[in-house]
Amino acid sequence: MSKVVVVDYGMGNLRSVAKAIEHVAPEAEVRVSADAAEIAAADRVVVPGQGAMPDCMRELSARGLREVVVRAAAEKPFLGICVGLQMLFGHAEEGDVMGLEILPGTVPRFPDAAMVAPDGTRLKVPHMGWNQVQQVDAHPLWDGIADGARFYFVHSYYVEPQTPEVIAGSTHYGIPFTSAIARANIFAVQFHPEKSAQDGLRLLANFMRWNP
Amino acid sequence: MLAKRIIPCLDVNAGRVVKGINFVQLRDAGDPVEIARRYDEQGADEITFLDITASSDDRDIILHIVEAVASQVFIPLTVGGGVRQVEDVRRLLNAGADKVGMNTAAVNNPQLVADASAKVGSQCIVVAIDAKETAPGRWEVFTHGGRKNTGLDAVEWARKVESLGAGEILLTSMDRDGTKAGFNIPLTRAVAEAVGIPVIASGGVGTLQHLADGVTEGKADAVLAASIFHYGEFTVRQAKEFMRSRGIEVRL
Repeated sequence: MSKVVVVDYGMGNLRSVAKAIEHVAPEAEVRVSADAAEIAAADRVVVPGQGAMPDCMRELSARGLREVVVRAAAEKPFLGICVGLQMLFGHAEEGDVMGLEILPGTVPRFPDAAMVAPDGTRLKVPHMGWNQVQQVDAHPLWDGIADGARFYFVHSYYVEPQTPEVIAGSTHYGIPFTSAIARANIFAVQFHPEKSAQDGLRLLANFMRWNP
Repeated sequence: MLAKRIIPCLDVNAGRVVKGINFVQLRDAGDPVEIARRYDEQGADEITFLDITASSDDRDIILHIVEAVASQVFIPLTVGGGVRQVEDVRRLLNAGADKVGMNTAAVNNPQLVADASAKVGSQCIVVAIDAKETAPGRWEVFTHGGRKNTGLDAVEWARKVESLGAGEILLTSMDRDGTKAGFNIPLTRAVAEAVGIPVIASGGVGTLQHLADGVTEGKADAVLAASIFHYGEFTVRQAKEFMRSRGIEVRL
């Protein structure tokens, strides 16, 4: 039986993520945990995250989970969601903090100057709602999901990888931005699969079956 | 491109979905979990629950409903009604809500908006504004279900809650609510153009054209409706197909 741990560092709606995984993988053991030993023993690790990047980084460290998350990202199927994607990178404009620096790149805010729709109206920030994800390459986590499918987003910052080969999905909101990345055992998304209806559930089901 | 959202709204009283007729009689419209599932299947982009339970004894029922819905429906859930303190926000989020709406409490204590958004993030905080036209081109904020005039200018108040940390505004025209005469377009547009956060138009939807008008004329980012969906007049899918036929980007 596969054991998946949703890392609990006090940020965000972790139960939604756990419930969605339970829904697609009823045979799996799904735990929401802040225990480093339990995270280390998991077969798969999910790092969600909501709210401000500086708070997330502070809480992760305060709970002594930084190391175990970095280790999980190096060795087992790892899914990052929202801030769980952003924290894989380096400098974040929000609060001027550093992420885990697992991948080279930065986390800027949507630039005001570019926040204009084709019809001239102002684009709101946060980017909130259902937007399309263009799949850059085939990946086991995209299996059964149409290219251009819509997922639910809510964020004001986005990742800018320095190595374009990690980009797995891209979305347009004023500017094109990276909405999914993949490298070896890591897959991470800016949107919320746990809130993205059938396509989101499919992505989570794919993650639970994934053997990178 | 980002899709415009269609959000069915469920008024919940002591565990049942109800709909007022002429603001008084409450008609039973069914089981909240069952109705939420049906809207999800029809392609609703989010679901909003408004808890109108009067008795404080029954206030926790909404938490159980949110829990039940959140384990079966995997789209964003917003819950409002009776939120008075940060602790209420936290309890609803823990039960499975993604966003929490506040109205009267935000007017009485604007600091609540700031405290709640600092604690759980702006993206979780929706400020509901009930506005009524008091002079041509002027809308004032009403609280207590539309009974009490605060004297606040609705557009100014929207800007203020944005600066306090609200992540979204749910704007209801009290003049239009329940009339099926369509959104109050000038009000919607004035607020939507005044703030940089998303605005949900509410109050008055009677036809699918009204929904489209809220987006194209009112410049709303999302449209909310209750009765046209509850009684099977239209499905959410029909609403989306109609909006698409009017050139509006939707998730179908």
